[in-house]
Amino acid sequence: MMTTEELKKLDVAKSVDARGTACPGPLLEAKKALSTIEEGEVMEILSADEGTKVDIPKWCNKQGHDYLGTVEENGYYKIYMRKNEI
Amino acid sequence: MHKLYIKPIIMQEELQLQIQQLQQQVDKLQKKVTKLQDGRKDQLSIACVSGDLDKILATMIISIAAAAMDTKVKIFFSFWALSALRDKKKSAKGKDFISKMFGIMLPKGKDKLKLSNMNMAGMGPMMIKYLMKKQNVLSLDEMFKTAGELGIEIIVCEMSMGLMGFKKEELIDYPHLSFAGAATFVTDAGESAAQLFI
Repeated sequence: MMTTEELKKLDVAKSVDARGTACPGPLLEAKKALSTIEEGEVMEILSADEGTKVDIPKWCNKQGHDYLGTVEENGYYKIYMRKNEI
Repeated sequence: MHKLYIKPIIMQEELQLQIQQLQQQVDKLQKKVTKLQDGRKDQLSIACVSGDLDKILATMIISIAAAAMDTKVKIFFSFWALSALRDKKKSAKGKDFISKMFGIMLPKGKDKLKLSNMNMAGMGPMMIKYLMKKQNVLSLDEMFKTAGELGIEIIVCEMSMGLMGFKKEELIDYPHLSFAGAATFVTDAGESAAQLFI
């Protein structure tokens, strides 16, 4: 797991703003956006939904992607993951 | 001189026999492993028999979350849950008296579903729908649309259709809708890593 400083320095290939949806909306949007990035690239998911910050690591673990960490912002979360080859 | 040679030969034969036995055991285990691997798919089977708004919502949310994680989802709709699949704009002809009565008494479509608790003559569902909208939860209509896009299969229980007097032509248009019996659910559920009864 990365520290907040390390996460903030990451080169983000795609940012998904899912703050307008509730569970399981952010997961759906993340899934859709994943096909637009290459393997090894980092994706950031913005979610105001508490459950999503637990759900995304589970999803990464199942699909074999790397969950990098979560940064808490004012009223929402920035969740970071790296796409791996499946 | 002679004796010295016999012993290694016997040992070799014994060793060969043991290797053969081990080979047989490995083969047996391998067969079992393939059977187990084939037996449990990354699949979720849900038997949804409730026609309450809250339970249909739970069914759809869990299904969509599973499908978003690339788990194959098959929902078996039966009994009261069939109300959720009725299309409010469609109707069917040639029904007998009891079927007609059932048709009138049961909710016509997912917009008319009641809550299992706090229904309060329709006030509850109105409040839930208002809250869902306010908190950006997908509406049931949107959930069915998303489910269709994700390839979630809906299997309708033939027997319940007959029992309730519903006809195929009065059900919603859904891309992955099929009709089957209880044995289909049992088979699907047996292959699935997770099964739910709602």
